[in-house]
Amino acid sequence: MRQYLSKRIFSSILAITGLFVMVFFLARLTGDPGHLYLPIDAPLEVRKEFSEKHGFNDPIYIQFGKFLGDLTDGNLGYSLRKERPAIDIVLEAIPVTLSLAAVAMSIALVGAIFIGSLAAYRPNGIFDRISRVVSLTAASAPDFWVAITAILIFSVSLGWLPTSGIGGVPYWIMPIGILVIRPLGLLVQVVRGSMITALSSDFVKTARAKGVKEKAVIFKHALRNGLLPVITVAGDQAAAIANGAVIVETIFGWPGIGKLMIDSIMQRDFAVVQASILITAIVILSINIIIDIAYAVLDPRIRHK
Amino acid sequence: MVTKVSDAKKSLLKVNNLSVSFDTTEGSFDAVKEVNFDLNKGETLAIIGESGSGKSVTASVIMGILTCPPGRIKSGEILLDDLDILKLSDTDRRKLMGSKVAIIFQDTLSHLNPVFSVGSQIAECFEVHKNLSRKESWIRAVKLLERVRIPNPSKRAKDFPHQFSGGQRQRVMIAMALALEPDIILADEPTTALDVTIQAKILELLRELRDERNMGLILITHDLAIAAEISDKVIVLNEGKIVEKGITKDIFINPNHAYTRQLMDSIPGKITKQIKKISKKFSDPILEIKNISKFYDTIACDDVSFDLFPNEVLGIVGESGSGKTTISNLILRLASPSNGKILYHGQNILNFNKKDLLNFRRKVQVVFQDPYASLNPTMNIYDIISEPWVIHSDFLHKKLHQSKVSDLLISVGLHPDDAIKFPHQFSGGQRQRIAIARALALNPEIIICDEAVSALDVSIQAQIIKLLLNLKNKFSLSYIFIAHDLPVVKDLADRVIVMKSGKIIEQGVTDDVFNFPKEKYTKDLLKASPSIENLIG
Repeated sequence: MRQYLSKRIFSSILAITGLFVMVFFLARLTGDPGHLYLPIDAPLEVRKEFSEKHGFNDPIYIQFGKFLGDLTDGNLGYSLRKERPAIDIVLEAIPVTLSLAAVAMSIALVGAIFIGSLAAYRPNGIFDRISRVVSLTAASAPDFWVAITAILIFSVSLGWLPTSGIGGVPYWIMPIGILVIRPLGLLVQVVRGSMITALSSDFVKTARAKGVKEKAVIFKHALRNGLLPVITVAGDQAAAIANGAVIVETIFGWPGIGKLMIDSIMQRDFAVVQASILITAIVILSINIIIDIAYAVLDPRIRHK
Repeated sequence: MVTKVSDAKKSLLKVNNLSVSFDTTEGSFDAVKEVNFDLNKGETLAIIGESGSGKSVTASVIMGILTCPPGRIKSGEILLDDLDILKLSDTDRRKLMGSKVAIIFQDTLSHLNPVFSVGSQIAECFEVHKNLSRKESWIRAVKLLERVRIPNPSKRAKDFPHQFSGGQRQRVMIAMALALEPDIILADEPTTALDVTIQAKILELLRELRDERNMGLILITHDLAIAAEISDKVIVLNEGKIVEKGITKDIFINPNHAYTRQLMDSIPGKITKQIKKISKKFSDPILEIKNISKFYDTIACDDVSFDLFPNEVLGIVGESGSGKTTISNLILRLASPSNGKILYHGQNILNFNKKDLLNFRRKVQVVFQDPYASLNPTMNIYDIISEPWVIHSDFLHKKLHQSKVSDLLISVGLHPDDAIKFPHQFSGGQRQRIAIARALALNPEIIICDEAVSALDVSIQAQIIKLLLNLKNKFSLSYIFIAHDLPVVKDLADRVIVMKSGKIIEQGVTDDVFNFPKEKYTKDLLKASPSIENLIG
C-alpha cells in the first residue's frame, strides 16, 4: 500500500509538470497582453517598453526558462492587473472554493447515502420510484438556470436571502443549495445501484441468519461494501467543484478560484492563470490520493494487495 | 419407509406440509411441495437433491432468509420447540435466528462480509443477542476460533476473510454458527468447494461438535457419499417433493424410488467402464512435457514431465495449489515455463513464432470449470461457437458457418435452433455442452478440461462424462482432464497423474493407481474421498 501511494504521488508530480508546460505555452497563444493593458492609442514606444518590462519580447523559450528559474525560487510571478504576487491572489481564492466544495459534497454524500440506501431496500417500491424521478431531475438540472431562478424567487420576490456576496449563513444557503443538487442526484443513483447489489449479496444473508437487525444489515453490512463505487463518483464530483464552481461563483459573486481563473484568462494575466492552475491541479491530485486512501480504509482486500 | 420417532423423544424441529412457490413474470412455480420432516437431538438429517430440488429453499425458509417476493410460503408450519416460527413477528423471529438455529453456507468467501475482520463477525452474534460488550464478545470469538482449531486464534481473529484458506473460512463459518450454542445447525453444502482432505476434516469437526453439544444437524448436499458417511436419516428431494425418506443405510442399500436409483447410478467411479478403452501406447506421443517448472512468488510447478498419447485421456488430480491449472496454462502458452520444454509432435512450442503458435492453438482447446463465467453473456450461441472461425479465418468459409454450428450443436446433444439463444437461457449442464462445442469448433487434437464437470450436479456430471467419451472416439481426441474429484477421474481417465505442491507424486494406469496406490499421499487422498461403499460395503 505504501509503495502504491508513493507511486501515485510520483506520477501526480509528473502530471503537474506536464500540465504546467502545456499551460505556459497555451496561455501565450491567447495574444499580446499589451493589447488589453494599454490604451488603444498608446504609442509604439510605450508598447515596446511594456513588453520589455514584462519580458514578453523575449523568445518564448527564454520566457519559459525564466519562468522555470522563478519557479524554483517559489516565485509564481506577478499579477499584471493587481500588481501583487500571483500566488497570494490564488491562495486567497482557494479557501473560498474549497469550503464551498467541502460543505456541498458533505451534504450531497450524506443525503445520497441515506436516500439511496432506503431506495435500494425496496427496489421499485414507492420511495424508490419517487427518489428515482427526483434524482434524475436533479442530476440533469442546468445549474445556471436553477441559480438565476432561485435568486428571482428567494431574493427578489420573497426577499429572504441576499442576492450575492459573502458573509454569514444566509449568504451560503443558495450557493451551497445549487452546488448540492447535481452531485446529490447523481450520487443517489450510484448509491442505489451499489446498495441493491450489496443487499442481495450472500454476506447479507449470513447477517440476517445471525439475527442482525435490519438497520445494521443495511447501514453496517451492506453499506461498507456499497460505498466503494460511491467514493469514486463522489471524488470526481468534488474535484469538479474544486476545479472552480465557476457558474455559482460568478452568479453569486463569490471570490473563489473559478471566478479568479475566468477573470485572469480574460485579462491575459498569465502569472495568475498559471498559479491558479498549479494550485487547482495540486488540489485535484490530492483529492485523488485521498480517494485511494479511502478505498484502502474501506476495503481490506485493497489494503493487502 | 418413514421413520417413526418415539413420542418420548421430543423433536427439536418439525417441518409440516411446507410449500413454497416463486412468483415470476412467467407465472408462479412451486419450489417446495408439501415437505415434512423432523429432527431430534444429536441426530443428523441429510437432505439430498440436485440443483433446483428445493433443498436450499427449505433451508432459507427455516432461517427466515427467503427473499419474499418473489418467494412465497404457501402453507405449512415450522415448529421449533413446538413454536411455529412462521407465525412469529419479525422481531421475535430474529431473536431465534443464530441463537436457536444457525446456518453454515457453502461459498464462504461470498458469505462472510469481506470488509469486517472474522473476529468481529463472530463477536457480532454476542453483541446482537446477548448485549455483551465489545471486548467480552471479542474474547468469546477468539475462544470459538480456537475451538474450531484455527491456529493462533487471537491474532487471526483480526484478519479478514480473504486472508484465510477455503477450509479455514469454513471453520470460521462454523465458529460463527456455534457462537450462541444453537440446538440446530443447518449446513448447506458445507464442503462442496473444498478439497477432499479438507472436506474430511470439516465433516469430522461437524460430527464432533454435534456429539459434544448434542445438537441436531441438517446437512444439505448433492453428494450422496457425504450423506452416507455422516447422516442418520435421509430425505431425497426431487423437484420440490420428497421422493424418499428413511434411515440412511436402508435407503442406500435398497433405494425404492426410481429417482434415488438414478442418483445412485450417477455416482462417479462406476459409470462408464464399458465405453472406456485402453489406448494403444505404441504410437508416438502428441505432447511431451519435459522437466517443466514454473516459479511465481512460490513454486507453482516443479520439474514435471509426462507424455500425452493420441486418443488418450490423461487425468491430473490434486488438491488446490498443487499446480494442476499451472500446467494447463503452460501447455496453452498462457504462461511461459521458467524451465523445461513442451514438445508438440516433437517440436518445442516455446520456440514457436506467432504463426506456428496460432496453428498450435487450433489444435489445443480448453473447457473451463464454470460454464456461467466462461461464456460471454452478451453473445448468442451462434456467435460463441463461430468465434474461433473469425479468429482463424482460413479455417472455414463464412458460408459454411451456419451448417457447421448446427452440426456441432447436434454432436453435443443440443438442438440447432439453440444457436439463436443466449447463455442465460441454458442450464449449467447445457452451458457446459456449449463450451464443449466451442472447443470442438477447430477440430482440435487435444482438449484440456480444467475441472470441467466439477460445478455440475451428479446426474448431469454423468451425462457430460459420457458425452466427452463419445466425442473422444468420434473425433479421435485426447483429453487432459484436470480434477480434484477422484471418482470422476476414475471414470474417465486411461492414465492418471497425482500432483502435490507442484510435483508429480505418482503416475500410472488409472486402475493401478486407484486400486494399488504406492505413495502415502495418494492413499490419503483416496481415503479422504467419501464413499458409500463404507456404509453398504
